[in-house]
Amino acid sequence: MVSAVKVENISKTYHTVGGEIAALENISFDVFQGEFVGIVGPSGCGKSTLLSIIAGLLEPSSGQISIFGEKLSGVNPKIGYMLQRDSLFEWRTIYKNVILGLEIQNQLTQDRKQHVEYLIKKYGLENFKNHHPSQLSGGMRQRAALIRTLAVDPDILLLDEAFSALDYQTRLAVNDDIYKIIKTEGKTAIIVTHDISEAISMSERLYVMSKRPGKIKMQLDVNFDIEDRTPLSSREAPLFRQYFNQVWKELDVHV
Amino acid sequence: MYEEVSIEQKKYLHKLKTKKRLIIVLQIFLLISIFVVWEVLTRLNLIDPFIFSSPSRMVNTFLRLSKDGSLFVHVWTTLWETMVGFLLGTVFGIIIAIILWLSETCSKVLEPYLVVMNALPKIALGPVFIVWMGAGSVAIITITIAVSLIVTVLEVYTGFLETDAEKIRLVQSFDASKKQILTKVVLPSSFPVIMNALKVNVGLSWVGVIVGEFLVSKAGLGYLIVYGGQVFQLDLVMTSVVVLAVLAAFMYFGVQTLGKWISKKY
Ligand SMILES: Nc1ncnc2c1ncn2[C@@H]1O[C@H](COP(=O)(O)OP(=O)(O)OP(=O)(O)O)[C@@H](O)[C@H]1O
Ligand SMILES: [Mg+2]
Repeated sequence: MVSAVKVENISKTYHTVGGEIAALENISFDVFQGEFVGIVGPSGCGKSTLLSIIAGLLEPSSGQISIFGEKLSGVNPKIGYMLQRDSLFEWRTIYKNVILGLEIQNQLTQDRKQHVEYLIKKYGLENFKNHHPSQLSGGMRQRAALIRTLAVDPDILLLDEAFSALDYQTRLAVNDDIYKIIKTEGKTAIIVTHDISEAISMSERLYVMSKRPGKIKMQLDVNFDIEDRTPLSSREAPLFRQYFNQVWKELDVHV
Repeated sequence: MYEEVSIEQKKYLHKLKTKKRLIIVLQIFLLISIFVVWEVLTRLNLIDPFIFSSPSRMVNTFLRLSKDGSLFVHVWTTLWETMVGFLLGTVFGIIIAIILWLSETCSKVLEPYLVVMNALPKIALGPVFIVWMGAGSVAIITITIAVSLIVTVLEVYTGFLETDAEKIRLVQSFDASKKQILTKVVLPSSFPVIMNALKVNVGLSWVGVIVGEFLVSKAGLGYLIVYGGQVFQLDLVMTSVVVLAVLAAFMYFGVQTLGKWISKKY
């Protein structure tokens, strides 16, 4: 089977006036269609750098990325990127925010608009279409941001600390919410986070990165044997603690 | 949001309204008292109306100038020079800021020039413009543009640079072109900065025009003020200043209303 995302020997060095910073070293892994893959690692280890490279926003110093077997160069419409903050534009209504990507890509066709309407209705934002972002709760904003990403119909979603701006309770609910939406829409996802529990609860496979320069230290297949697994039900599974301890040890966090 | 309004809320709103009304009443009262005191002091000859003018003399001057139509001519001259100078200064300022944003090299090269030109008192160039363009409205408008242009460029460009980088990354992830980044993110998020520059420019445009008219002295409120001063007709000077204040206030509120209207619409 051809990988949805194939990362081969990616290294990245930043050049600044102050010197060179080696951010990533020789990263390789594969993500298959429909998979949820998590990446955890200490702060500053190059997680965001890696996602920016996969999103085509940043050139790697060496190595290559392939998307469904095709070598990546520049931004690829098959990939949707969700950033840490929801970055909704206050000067646009929710509806106008959601169609931003379509507008930029000149794809505001009847079909696409209908699809957006469908997503908005299905995921409970219908009554907020004409509101401005500040009038929505954190969870709703995150959902709006996800719909904005889904509107352009990417096959692969990249989530960079997409939930870190939310408080703990909301975060658990939004994890569940977003997970189900992404599964329902049949997308492949790579999720980056420093939160070990979040990573374990959402992913089927997990990569643990080392401190800078980021290398892959460990690969962990996460399997709970539960039917219709969701982040919340995973957190309750007996195996959860075991996975948590395994990752915790590997991360080797010193306080 | 659609709940029944509680009594406390009503009381709170009522209190707010009463306070607002009180402030407006006090503001009007203050204005009237200034004029009344001024009038009384001149009537009692405590201050010399020949040097200080007085409200009643100003009203007479105003009526006289209105009747012979000359007031209208002067007001109109100053007003259109200000409007044109304001519009051109603002529009060119924003266009130059956009060019600087589009080309980093361009902005780096021009930076020291902009800083020096910003520090330079542009009024000093007035005589140069008059020599180049003749003593007329063109020179006055050029002075006005010179006064407001550089400030606009610097202020708006700084606003552009402060655009949230993550918002730019977001549209880049949709493969936005540089032009789309400008129109979809940078311009709308700099809207408050642009409105602010506009408000500052209202004041600067009046300064530019009045100074220009001082130098050129053919028509306009600036001319009336200089002329009045030279022939010791302080009534004329004061009347022109008050008319000027009223016009400037109207223009300021016009720009403010425009800004509110635009931000409500989008
Ligand atoms: N544009 C840049 N220029 C120079 N150095 C950079 C740049 N961007 C990131 N870095 C450096 O590269 C390293 C990796 O950064 P990156 O943002 O990818 O880490 P991260 O794992 O996402 O961190 P966090 O968990 O804090 O989000 C950091 O040490 C950072 O200082
Ligand atoms: Mg990061």
